[in-house]
Amino acid sequence: MSRVRRARLAEAVAKAVMGAATLVVIGIALFLLGYLTYRGAPSVSWEFLSQAPRKAMTEGGIFPVIMGTVYLVMGTAAFALPIGIMAGVYLSEFAPRNLMTRTIRLAIANMAGVPSIVYGLFGFALFVMSLDLGVSVVAGALTLACLTLPVVITVTEESLRRIPLELRQASLALGASRMRTIQKVVLPAAAPGIVTGSILGLSRAAGETAPVLFTAVAFFAPMPSTPLDQTMALPYHLYIMATQAVRPAPHIVWGTAFVLVAGVSLINVIAAGWRSAQRRKIKW
Amino acid sequence: MVKDQTGSFELENVSVTYGKETAVAGVSMSVPSQAVTALIGPSGCGKSTLLRCLNRMNDEIGGVTVGGAILLDGADINARNVDPVELRIRVGQVFQKPNPFPMSVYDNVAYGPKTHGVRTRSDLDAIVEESLVRAALWNEVKGSLKKHAFELSGGQQQRLCIARALATEPEVLLMDEPASALDPISTQQIEDTIAELKDTVTIVIVTHNMQQAARISDRTAFMLRESMEAPATLIEVGDTRTMFTNPSDKRTEAYITGRFG
Repeated sequence: MSRVRRARLAEAVAKAVMGAATLVVIGIALFLLGYLTYRGAPSVSWEFLSQAPRKAMTEGGIFPVIMGTVYLVMGTAAFALPIGIMAGVYLSEFAPRNLMTRTIRLAIANMAGVPSIVYGLFGFALFVMSLDLGVSVVAGALTLACLTLPVVITVTEESLRRIPLELRQASLALGASRMRTIQKVVLPAAAPGIVTGSILGLSRAAGETAPVLFTAVAFFAPMPSTPLDQTMALPYHLYIMATQAVRPAPHIVWGTAFVLVAGVSLINVIAAGWRSAQRRKIKW
Repeated sequence: MVKDQTGSFELENVSVTYGKETAVAGVSMSVPSQAVTALIGPSGCGKSTLLRCLNRMNDEIGGVTVGGAILLDGADINARNVDPVELRIRVGQVFQKPNPFPMSVYDNVAYGPKTHGVRTRSDLDAIVEESLVRAALWNEVKGSLKKHAFELSGGQQQRLCIARALATEPEVLLMDEPASALDPISTQQIEDTIAELKDTVTIVIVTHNMQQAARISDRTAFMLRESMEAPATLIEVGDTRTMFTNPSDKRTEAYITGRFG
């Protein structure tokens, strides 16, 4: 066999192997979503979405559970977005490049790798006990915010870095200050990346169980009326219904899982769609 | 609109040092107002570096030290009490690659005046129109000021950048190879624009293209870095026509006759 033909054969084999690997990944995702829809979608009705659980949670709906997760995510956004975006702007635009900031970046990268159950324990010790917030929506949101912060910071920093130097120079050369340049030129241009990345981070937080386990959730609770109340939440509800329920109610378990995944997917799709629309508008 | 004779530079023994390496040394020359001064020389001869001294854009890069004195209408621009932000209102810059902001044509031009406190719509409208007229872009965009700047052609984008720089009414306009990324027709338009502008604003232009320097400039400064160990220096500066027909330095003659660079 000639050298050229051997190379061509090797390329064909490599292509086939990598293609198969891709198919496996797609297959797993499709099977997961397909099976979840098959088992979960039939449980979802207006009643399921709009009513509270009844009869020891074996009947009725999951409305307070959905709202619990919505509150937790909104609280997480309220804490994580301003702090994370400001920290990202500082690191990208103002911080000197030295050992100190390298250490900070390393610490942020490590924060992203800490297992979520550790955040749960940390949140329990700090927010629930030391700050005396009790097991509450606000304690859970703060804990989830800690988990989301590294994502927001990193995504902000990277989006800002991607803005070409020429654009900053253009603004500075017009006699704009650094601050105005960032505010009027750099941040708006980086906004699509920051917003989309942050939403993906938040949707991740929406599905976390461990961080809220000790900090926010209850087996059964009414809708929280203040941020200091306990709440129910979709991932935790799923967990207890699957493992701790008094009487098994599989349709509720599958329905809850379906609502969680569908909600998170919907948000992700909207975020991705919005970003690609923005990208088409702004090109360099 | 003919202004007073302001916007002249006097450079006295100017040097630029990056960290420990001196890039440019001993440049003394004058830049007369309301004329086009071209900086020419081979790549890496410090033309752009010297240009960036004139609006202190080197300040934005860490570790750059500028020595000697640079006087704008007699006042040292590196003096302690000079705010680089205010200096850049008087000394505008156009870059090598068109770099419009990701916003509308109108907002691009209005950015500078808005930054410096012009608020009323009618004032902004007037500034935007006048700047676009001066940059010879008005006739092409007057019906589409709301259009995104990135939808313009490369040459139009560069003239937009010129209009944007003119909107703060600078006395000096620095241009760093403004046509090098453009096609010949766009280059021609930029050169025509420069010829129109020089009555009202001092222009300092860096160019690789000697024909361009010969066509558009009144004065030419030739810079050269003779070895990698030595900093770049100013070889010769003078009236453009004299320099291109009868250079006084052999190295200038060698460069403009195309023997190197």
